[in-house]
Amino acid sequence: MVRVDGSGGSNSLIGVRGLDKTYHRGGGEIRVLQGLNLDVDKSDFVAFMGPSGSGKTTLLNLLGGLDVPTRGNITVAGDEITHMSGHKLTEWRARHVGFVFQMYNLIPVLTAFQNVELPLLLTKLSKAQRRNHVETALGVVGLADRMSHYPRQLSGGQEQRVAIARAIVADPTFLLCDEPTGDLDRQSADEIMALIERLVREYGKTVLMVTHDPVVARRAGTTLHLEKGVLVESAEPERVAAGGRHEI
Amino acid sequence: MKFRRLIFANLFRKKIRLLLTIGSFAVALFLFSFLAVVRDAFSRGADIASADRLFVINRTSIINPIPLSYRDKMLRIPGVKMVTHDNWFGGVYQDEKNFFPQFVVDPENQRQVFPELIVSDEEWANFLKDRQGAIVGVRTAERFGWKIGDRIPLKATIWGAGNWEFNIDGFYHGKRPQDDETQFWMQWDFFQEHVPDALKGQVGWYIVRVDSPDDAVRVAKNIDAEFANSPFETKTETESAFAASWVKQFGNIRFLILSIGTVVFFTLLLVTGNTMAISVRERTAELAVFKAIGYSDRKVLFFVLAESLAIAIVGGLLGLLLAGLAIPVLANALNGMLPQLVLAPSVFALGFMTALAVGLASGLLPGLGAMRLQIVNALRRI
Ligand SMILES: Nc1ncnc2c1ncn2[C@@H]1O[C@H](COP(=O)(O)OP(=O)(O)O)[C@@H](O)[C@H]1O
Ligand SMILES: [Mg+2]
Repeated sequence: MVRVDGSGGSNSLIGVRGLDKTYHRGGGEIRVLQGLNLDVDKSDFVAFMGPSGSGKTTLLNLLGGLDVPTRGNITVAGDEITHMSGHKLTEWRARHVGFVFQMYNLIPVLTAFQNVELPLLLTKLSKAQRRNHVETALGVVGLADRMSHYPRQLSGGQEQRVAIARAIVADPTFLLCDEPTGDLDRQSADEIMALIERLVREYGKTVLMVTHDPVVARRAGTTLHLEKGVLVESAEPERVAAGGRHEI
Repeated sequence: MKFRRLIFANLFRKKIRLLLTIGSFAVALFLFSFLAVVRDAFSRGADIASADRLFVINRTSIINPIPLSYRDKMLRIPGVKMVTHDNWFGGVYQDEKNFFPQFVVDPENQRQVFPELIVSDEEWANFLKDRQGAIVGVRTAERFGWKIGDRIPLKATIWGAGNWEFNIDGFYHGKRPQDDETQFWMQWDFFQEHVPDALKGQVGWYIVRVDSPDDAVRVAKNIDAEFANSPFETKTETESAFAASWVKQFGNIRFLILSIGTVVFFTLLLVTGNTMAISVRERTAELAVFKAIGYSDRKVLFFVLAESLAIAIVGGLLGLLLAGLAIPVLANALNGMLPQLVLAPSVFALGFMTALAVGLASGLLPGLGAMRLQIVNALRRI
């Protein structure tokens, strides 16, 4: 269950309270997030929408521990991350967050296998165990036969699937996807969204995703809009509207 | 090391750049070894000098002679164990460029004063019996292919004119690899028979062996005091001081070589530092991804340093290997023109350490930059 009014109990997986983020630039202030609240439970699939510059990436960066808020706090699985030191936060990210970026951000000199293995190199897993996990993750995204390909030998959609395999291989607490289909054609985008949906349904993953695209957002269980620094629920849930059209 | 593959993959990202950087290291280390070897060769005299030997030269200059009669006076000075003398012959063998040092020696004391230059007893006996005899260092003998019994003409330049002929009676070799094996020794008596009358009875310099090295400085003072106010005042120095002042005749080689070496390494540092900086800057977004997925700042620094160190090690070893192969060849080509060139293990070690230091230093600034990189800004830039 996803809430934006700060009414979630202490047992929600992700709890955000009174989140502010203000950038200072050239003497001026840009107040991007202003007292934002959010509660997300395990296996929720949330899409964030909003105009360009509304602070979607900023919100994901804060949730992923890549940046620190100006005010407010974020609790994930009982850990309050807003006051962690840089080193602790790095360890926390390795354990709890899987990132998927718009530009895939694979390491070009490493094969698909080696890219997916990167998060596991930080664990105590043996070489054989790592191989096992990487093969499983690449199998889930349907690229078991492309393990020794380099990113430049893959299509955009395939690259993004490798990136998703990299994000899930260490079994993080939740996935953060910033416009994961933003650079893909419709068909590849659909495939990626089907994959993410499957991760939620079959594997019980928790996914928070930013997108511009209403068609993509429709795949999520909940769509939230970022307006004036806070999240609001869609007046008219897209999924219901879409379903309604089919019935007519 | 599970990160080995990652470091390798990054190294081979731009193969030409990698080759050029390794090449810079190799060239710099080769040059370094060569300079160090030349410097060693020039300062070796001081290193191999015997602590119990004194050189006595004419106070005015080494080319002014000292009378033979001073020998007995020196022997009477307390602390003096034995005395021998040399003259510089300075003859030409066939052509000026065939230079090698020729000394008129005093056969009676030569072997006792220079025990490190070894001649077999049999050859020495033949030399003593042969007024026209000569003993030659093995390097010079090898250079000209001389064998025992060969007759060698030397054209006199200082002591009159015309060819003087010598018989090769034997060879000497040094106890240590650094010992000079290029000298040509002839007999004092034969020399005396042939020099013009006006030059008879005059030696070039004396070499004195003292009873105890601790006494060397005091004995040297006493020798000079003995001949003060005589027509031939002397200047006595320990062998190492003598060798050092001899090196000074070539100008300040040490300083010259040090300056060149410094410039070489400074250039190397700039070249590799710049290369590392570029290669890190190209990877800003990738480094941000590493950090985002949980790689610590310290690991990122380590990756950059490991890369620059790997380049330094491979390039440095390559340069030292090349030097190891080339220096014996060069030494042969320069035979006789320079003192013996030897690539000492200490030069190897110093070169390798310097390469490591340059590798570390060139990776440090870009590495620290990568370490301090803000993930959010780096990702936003792409
Ligand atoms: N590091 C920063 N310094 C200053 N302003 C920033 C910085 N990062 C983001 N902003 C500003 O914050 C606002 C929100 O940015 P962002 O979160 O990227 O928006 P979105 O992802 O919704 O397009 C924008 O106006 C942007 O210019
Ligand atoms: Mg954005």
